[in-house]
Amino acid sequence: MNLQVRDIDAGTAEEAAAPLMGNEAIARGAWEAGVRVAAAYPGTPSTEIMESLGEYPASDLYAEWSTNEKVALDVAIGAALSGVRAMASMKHVGLNVASDSLMSQSYIGVHGGLVLVVCDDPGIHSSQNEQDTRLFARFANVPILEPSDAQEAHDFTKLAFEISEQFDTPVIVRSTTRLSHTRSAVRIGPRVEQAPKGFVDTPSKTVTIPANARRLHPKVVAREAKLAQYFETSPLTVWEKGDRTVGIITGSTAYLYVKEVAPNASILKLGASYPLPEQAIRAFAGSVDRLLVVEELEPVMENEIKAMGIAAEGKVFFPRIGELSPELVRSGLAAAGLMDAPAPAISLDIEPMARPPVLCAGCPHTASYLALRGVDARVAGDIGCYTLAAVEPLRSIDTTVCMGASIANAVGMAAAGETKPIVATIGDSTFLHSGIAPLVDAVYNKADITVVLLDNSITAMTGGQDHPGTGRTLRGEATHKVDYETICRAVGVEWVRKVDPYDIGHLYQTLREAIVHKGVSVVISSRPCVLDPVKIKGTPLAVAAAGCVACQSCMNLGCPSITWTEDMFEGHHKVQIDPATCIGCTLCAQVCPTDCIQPVTQ
Amino acid sequence: MNAPATMPATTAQIQAAPTRNIMIVGVGGQGVIMISKVMALLGQKQGLQVKQSEVHGMAKRGGIVFSHVRFGKEVWSPTIAKGDADALIALEWAEGLRWLDHLKPGSGAFIADTRRIVPPFACRNRKTGATMNYASETPAEIVSRVADGYALDATSIAESFGDSRAANTVLLGVLSTTLDYPIEDWLGVIEQLVPKKAREINVKAFEAGRAWAEAAQADPSLRFDHAIAREKTYAKPQDFEVRLEINAAWCKSCDICVKLCPERCLALNEEQIAYLKAPEACTGCHICEWLCPDFAISVNTVSREPASA
Repeated sequence: MNLQVRDIDAGTAEEAAAPLMGNEAIARGAWEAGVRVAAAYPGTPSTEIMESLGEYPASDLYAEWSTNEKVALDVAIGAALSGVRAMASMKHVGLNVASDSLMSQSYIGVHGGLVLVVCDDPGIHSSQNEQDTRLFARFANVPILEPSDAQEAHDFTKLAFEISEQFDTPVIVRSTTRLSHTRSAVRIGPRVEQAPKGFVDTPSKTVTIPANARRLHPKVVAREAKLAQYFETSPLTVWEKGDRTVGIITGSTAYLYVKEVAPNASILKLGASYPLPEQAIRAFAGSVDRLLVVEELEPVMENEIKAMGIAAEGKVFFPRIGELSPELVRSGLAAAGLMDAPAPAISLDIEPMARPPVLCAGCPHTASYLALRGVDARVAGDIGCYTLAAVEPLRSIDTTVCMGASIANAVGMAAAGETKPIVATIGDSTFLHSGIAPLVDAVYNKADITVVLLDNSITAMTGGQDHPGTGRTLRGEATHKVDYETICRAVGVEWVRKVDPYDIGHLYQTLREAIVHKGVSVVISSRPCVLDPVKIKGTPLAVAAAGCVACQSCMNLGCPSITWTEDMFEGHHKVQIDPATCIGCTLCAQVCPTDCIQPVTQ
Repeated sequence: MNAPATMPATTAQIQAAPTRNIMIVGVGGQGVIMISKVMALLGQKQGLQVKQSEVHGMAKRGGIVFSHVRFGKEVWSPTIAKGDADALIALEWAEGLRWLDHLKPGSGAFIADTRRIVPPFACRNRKTGATMNYASETPAEIVSRVADGYALDATSIAESFGDSRAANTVLLGVLSTTLDYPIEDWLGVIEQLVPKKAREINVKAFEAGRAWAEAAQADPSLRFDHAIAREKTYAKPQDFEVRLEINAAWCKSCDICVKLCPERCLALNEEQIAYLKAPEACTGCHICEWLCPDFAISVNTVSREPASA
């Protein structure tokens, strides 16, 4: 047994180093490791990894925004099989899309190192679920590394390429929102170029026909055992000797919370949580009176440790749902009888005010959903900023499942006999990601639905990334721009109209015609995002208070520039427009029944 | 406190430095991240370990943004536990109130701009007589409840120098009086992070914040803006009765009122004539009345008692 043993008090003097966000540290680590090909589809909290990689010289690496996560992983696989180091990055739910490739790639292995960075979102800050990627690693028999801070994010990413090549396997580096978006000092190094190995002709390895796959599967199982042995003595497994009354097995950011709350505990920090180093865990368990497992989300390590026949406690004290915090780790340890309960927070008796995220002032989606509300349709929604139209006051989306689900959801609604007009709404980037196949399905199966393609010419929600419909690549080069109308017609949609959502009357009329059309109709609602790629600002509008009858028509847009004044009309507040944030889209003026909203005149 | 800004902290100073937890909160687009960077850099200048963690809401604009900055000899957790913040800087009034429970009881400094950014959500209630749903606590009430409170109209102070965006730097000036770091370091970091042309204004804003705080520390009655009182209350929703009448003879079944009623309380009956299907949902907003092309709808809001507004 040759474990890395670190004395708790051996404080290392942190040398001045670059402050990096977790995601920037991952990108830096990959660049230093000599990555040659990198691909991603944007998704919070993973987006900054590829944005950051795109800032390194094009002569060092090829980096792309892919149309979706599966494409990104397939690009990386192709590169790895061609003998260079390659990486794909995505958010946790992106791995669902890419999982088909991952499951086979695990059998195939690599020539150049292949690293898959997956960012989980415990606490669901900006996602549709909080699935735990560590379960996917087990499903695919692929090792998973879990850094706890930016320095480790950098170091583990570099190491992941080594492990990938040494053990002939893709390697997952798992981050979380907290790690991805925390900035701390990172000691960085130079890039070490890796000589390209070229494509190695090994069809028995790279072609997964049944005969080959049957030979590859035992290798995967043998690899699992070799990796477990490696992690027994790898620097990723760290035993911090401390108080022997309790030992805590932990990793990822949960480790930081444990250190914050219980600095004297004995800790076994697992930098790799699959496959588990059983001998190290046994030795650690044997050295302490009581064993706890502190991990965020699912009891993954806890269950496997219990299956080894080792007594351990975990989720009985720590939540399985949501993000961990120092408070939760403290109250868990208190519940275990290991420390005093935290003092109850002082109540200041303040009701917190709701401030849900809203569509921007002038957002073109606002008009599209206002019109949809008007036609009283059953609306299958999708993933993007426009999901915000599901709540008051627009309240015009009935379902949101996952990327690209809307159109096929609508087909199902029609097949089930829903009597309201059925509309699917989908953004441009989401349509290209996974909306085309269901559109083909809708036409093929003669569904009577309307698709509203919300084209704002950017991947807006993740901060404004380019995609195949913008005509620009990740590195800003001009490229072919997808034409949506041509795609729709090519797959057999006969009724296609393009409208400007800032003309609400025309949009509403077009929607009514589209709904009446039997079969698939597509309305392309086209207007650039007001924030990206350029921030749009026009002449602001103002309310002539004398004419305002406080009908709240404009308030029903949910525009953040419009609020109430103290002035009342028949029991309702009159409204005002903040000239600093109003961009002059005129939507409020168009819905005002008294024409009291007009552009500000100098 | 006249050590040169570039002097590295001695090991003894680092050993003695307690961990500082600073929370910066506000609304998207206000500059929460910028202030966080100032604080992180300031901590680094003292030779300390720094962690800065942020979470921004779903929307790029208008959502909640908060950032945790921690610095000390050895910093583990990236987040600050409830009741552990040495200072809470709020760039927007109601956001400061949201995170008050993170302040260290008995010593934490609450430093807030009293300017309001009212979200559309606060003006959502369409019922007759509804009031704005914005935090009702006044600066006077809050300052009296916290250990070390400062509520100032930082935006107005910044505007007096010609740039409202320097309000954040005014708040940093206030914070600088509650932390024991050399003024030269503060100014050095601000100059390093703000664009060259905005430096002069930001230095003035920082000094104005310090001067305001020093005056407030000498005279507690200056710690908050006395002019901000509770919002007046309007007549309550139940004080009004809405009467909606439809002249069936004039209705031509166009459906406009049914489609555009925000509460969906109108419908067409078997004769295709509009009628009030859900009278309890009607808020008396008059939209149907304004939009009916045939003047077939009239809405009257009647006070049940003499108007008190």
